[in-house]
Amino acid sequence: MKYLDEFRDQTLAEPLLKELRRSVTKPFRVMEVCGTHTMSIFRSGLRTLLPEEIELISGPGCPVCVTSASHIDAILAMAELQNTRIALFGDLFRVPGSNGLSLANASSQGAKVDIVYSPMDSLNLARKYPEELIVFLGVGFETTTPGIAATILAAKNSALDNFAVFSTHKTMPPPLLALLDDPELQIDGLLCPGHVSSIIGAGAYQPLADTYKLACVVGGFEPADILQALILMARQIANGEARVENAYTRAVRWEENSRAQQMVRAIFKTADMEWRGLGVIPESGLAIREEYSHYDAERRLNIKLTPATEPKGCRCGEILKGKEVPSQCPLYGKRCTPGNPVGPCMVSSEGTCAAFFKYTQ
Amino acid sequence: MKVIEIQGDPDDFLSGQIALVDADGIRKETRLDIVDRWPDLGDYLIIHAGFAIHTLDPQEAETNIRLMREMAEKVEAAEAVEQRT
Repeated sequence: MKYLDEFRDQTLAEPLLKELRRSVTKPFRVMEVCGTHTMSIFRSGLRTLLPEEIELISGPGCPVCVTSASHIDAILAMAELQNTRIALFGDLFRVPGSNGLSLANASSQGAKVDIVYSPMDSLNLARKYPEELIVFLGVGFETTTPGIAATILAAKNSALDNFAVFSTHKTMPPPLLALLDDPELQIDGLLCPGHVSSIIGAGAYQPLADTYKLACVVGGFEPADILQALILMARQIANGEARVENAYTRAVRWEENSRAQQMVRAIFKTADMEWRGLGVIPESGLAIREEYSHYDAERRLNIKLTPATEPKGCRCGEILKGKEVPSQCPLYGKRCTPGNPVGPCMVSSEGTCAAFFKYTQ
Repeated sequence: MKVIEIQGDPDDFLSGQIALVDADGIRKETRLDIVDRWPDLGDYLIIHAGFAIHTLDPQEAETNIRLMREMAEKVEAAEAVEQRT
């Protein structure tokens, strides 16, 4: 595929790796914010090839992993309702709620659950099943939200009545600000997420660079992209600089994607949001505006979120905060495996535990 | 994925904003509602969950690759000099 293979090219990656080794002058800690970065770093073998002075910490950028247990419980409650069909991206299918059961279990017991590729596919479900309310699970960050906003608008424009969204949408800078306020988390640089940045623009990280004196570099997802981002970061750190740089210029501009952001602002408003492992972070989520309340599953089905307990012994919260690695969790690789996940970090393909398990076992 | 056909009006969300894209002979439709720049035929799109989010200017991608190659070549040239000395 054009413009993809080129960035996986080993003849390009090897010299970049050498340049990275040259650029590193002292040890530094980098948080890779995005779950896709975590997976790519493992899959390409970069983790074992990087200079030992670079310590990589996985951050809170896996949307499934940061979905709270109380939201999962609410989703499971909706799946049990008569004449309701749940549409979702596949990653959420096997995440257990506080009782240990998941949508996969609910589906096997007769709940109507459909995995879709695009939120627009759930409108086709709405046409196919006119007697049912199709509830699309809105789980994701800035990259996912605009498409779901467009889907709500399309439902309204086509007078499709039996469609609603359960919004647990989250936005990226607020949890980073919350994490960076924690004195225990000492990091020198942020590898900023590629596709989220396509929507919010690289300029969105400027307050992080200014306030926390962090080297913030936006990176793509192929090995050469990640290496290039780390070279820029290593050079900044070597020079005592802390600024925002964009190593993914073919996909990310400094400014936001205004078409996408206008769509989001038309349908959603900021709201406080509960994150797994991080608690409630003010104005870190997106709720559906009153004008579109007909498409808000939470209001339409009168869903009340109730406090839920995390699985006993599960350390996903500490792992999402970058304070622990999977091997420090007592359940990891024992009771909690990809075949039988206990916590969300082991469920999602972008989860830190799933990546560790797949590539280090 | 390369844009080979475009439908709809960039200023009218009701016009069915869709691009037909091709990658190695596999063709599919993608929505253009939220793409940052309305594409031209021959542009490339970055797609997320059925929606194009970014129009990729081929020239920009090629510049990106060229800069990386130049960096790689400089490293190799520097190493060759080190080995000779």
